Amino acid sequence: MIRLAGIERTFIVGEEAVHALRGVNLEIAAGEYLSIMGPSGSGKSTLLNVIGLLDRPSAGIYELDRRDVTGLNDDELARARREKIGFVFQFFHLVPRLNAAQNIELPMVLAGIDPAARKPRLDRLLSEYGLEDRARHRPDQLSGGQCQRVAIARAMAMGPSVVLADEPTGNLDRHTGQEVMAVLERVHDNGGTVLLVTHDPEIGSRAHRRLRMIDGEVVGDERS
Amino acid sequence: MRLSDLLNFAWQVVRGSPGRTFLILLAMGIGVAAVVAVTSLGEGARLYVVNQFGSLGTNLIIVLPGRSETAGAMPGVLVGKTPRDLVLEDALALKRSHAVRRIAPLIVGAGDVRVGARRRETPVLGSTADFIEIRRMELAQGRFLPEGDPRQSLPVCVIGTRVAAELFGTRQVLGEWLRIGDRRFRIIGVLAKQGESLGFNTDEIVIVPLAAAQALFNTESLFRVLVEAKSREQIRYAKEDVEEIIRLRHEGERDVTVITQDAVLATFDRILRALTLAVGGIAAISLAVAGILIMNVMLIAVTQRRREIGLLKALGATSRQIRLAFLTEAVLLAMGGAGVGLVVGQLARNVALQLYPAIPFQAPWWALLAAPATAVITAALFTVVPARRAARLDPVQALSRR
Repeated sequence: MIRLAGIERTFIVGEEAVHALRGVNLEIAAGEYLSIMGPSGSGKSTLLNVIGLLDRPSAGIYELDRRDVTGLNDDELARARREKIGFVFQFFHLVPRLNAAQNIELPMVLAGIDPAARKPRLDRLLSEYGLEDRARHRPDQLSGGQCQRVAIARAMAMGPSVVLADEPTGNLDRHTGQEVMAVLERVHDNGGTVLLVTHDPEIGSRAHRRLRMIDGEVVGDERS
Repeated sequence: MRLSDLLNFAWQVVRGSPGRTFLILLAMGIGVAAVVAVTSLGEGARLYVVNQFGSLGTNLIIVLPGRSETAGAMPGVLVGKTPRDLVLEDALALKRSHAVRRIAPLIVGAGDVRVGARRRETPVLGSTADFIEIRRMELAQGRFLPEGDPRQSLPVCVIGTRVAAELFGTRQVLGEWLRIGDRRFRIIGVLAKQGESLGFNTDEIVIVPLAAAQALFNTESLFRVLVEAKSREQIRYAKEDVEEIIRLRHEGERDVTVITQDAVLATFDRILRALTLAVGGIAAISLAVAGILIMNVMLIAVTQRRREIGLLKALGATSRQIRLAFLTEAVLLAMGGAGVGLVVGQLARNVALQLYPAIPFQAPWWALLAAPATAVITAALFTVVPARRAARLDPVQALSRR
């Protein structure tokens, strides 16, 4: 489903070129549960951004659902993100003035889906992630764990090909982190593809496939 | 993204920061209210002048001695002669025109009016019986100057209400005598209260027969001849006839100026419209200032909402959607401000109406359309730069900052 070949990402900082990704080759099949671990600055977040179509590789080929996406323009990338990618961030990134339901609905709103069609999907997401009684609450009235559940529900709103989670437990206590992981794993159990970036070995080791990155290169690829 | 969703999204932002929204509404509101109020004043002044001309009498043509249009103030000086006087015979000759209904020659001077020990300096008008018709004046008591030969000097007069009150108090005035200079006049009529009318307060004048005024002021020359055309369409012919008759009587010299009320009215109308437009334009500058405020607020919003913009992009918002979201927000604020401004402007107009009931303050229709339109367009234009800046944000960087 995802195929990366010779992906490079170079940033120019001042006059120096920083190689965040050096020739990454990677294939991810549909339904995989995969974690990327490594020290800070190893390029794991950059790799996630490239896969999430937020960042363009400097060189290499990226195929998503058997389609080369390296040459897409900004609007095509936006549309591809909307339809194929679900993001979960460390800091939740909920819109503070919108309530939980409105936050979950946002991708469908951006996609121009009409309100009548949004309603049943929204209701299903709210019940699936146990948020029915929190639907009208704004993020500042929700706990961290609830916020991240809202974020996961939002990521699932458009039925994406892959869910990308960047340190999803990084801002939560251990217990809440476990809960959120359980929610993410349920996405995987239902057939979803989940890609997880973390530097917490306990979280990372839960994945069925574990990548290790150092200095922009994939140095380990274990499966269990 | 659907329009209703776009509006709803912008509405959430507007509602979410009431302080900011209030400031923008205030700035835009002041701008729009200023335009509405100021153009109301201008339009009120215009309507006031138009009405005043109407009260002067319709189909009016005014003949004055001297030619001001072609040769400046004193054409006679250069060629060694003064302009010919306009005399009663000239005025009477104008009746020959078929387009003229009636005429009233007019002499104006200041007279020392006395009744017993009371005295008062007032303008004294000498004219004929038709004057009251041409000037559309009303009598409160008695009658106006009698018809008859205007060369005949009858010792009668008609006075304004204020003159009557000051000279006689509450006493009956009809049939009483008053002195102007060394002549005595019997009061046969009192003018109805009318107030100021283009420089003349008709409450404070004394009207005597033309011949009497000629004797009082020791002059043959007329100040004006007022001519009433038979109809509005006839004004043009009456004017041509007047010019031709006087030219023939003055040995071929075109030495009078003929003003039609239409032309004067049209000139005033043009001047006051231009003035209204100009002050409206000046007031509209405040709308531009409000636009700059919106730009500033939006630029700050782009910085403050970086993460949100990054998030929207991650969720699949296109650059166009981001731009539209910001533009919608600005337009929504501008429309709110324009609404506030229209209401406040109308309130200001109502206050002005209370203070000066005589002047018909009223915002012209074009100002009521242009002020809100300018507000919205300015807001949209000034949001182009912030909206583009938002749309161009790199989502990775926008999201990475806390």
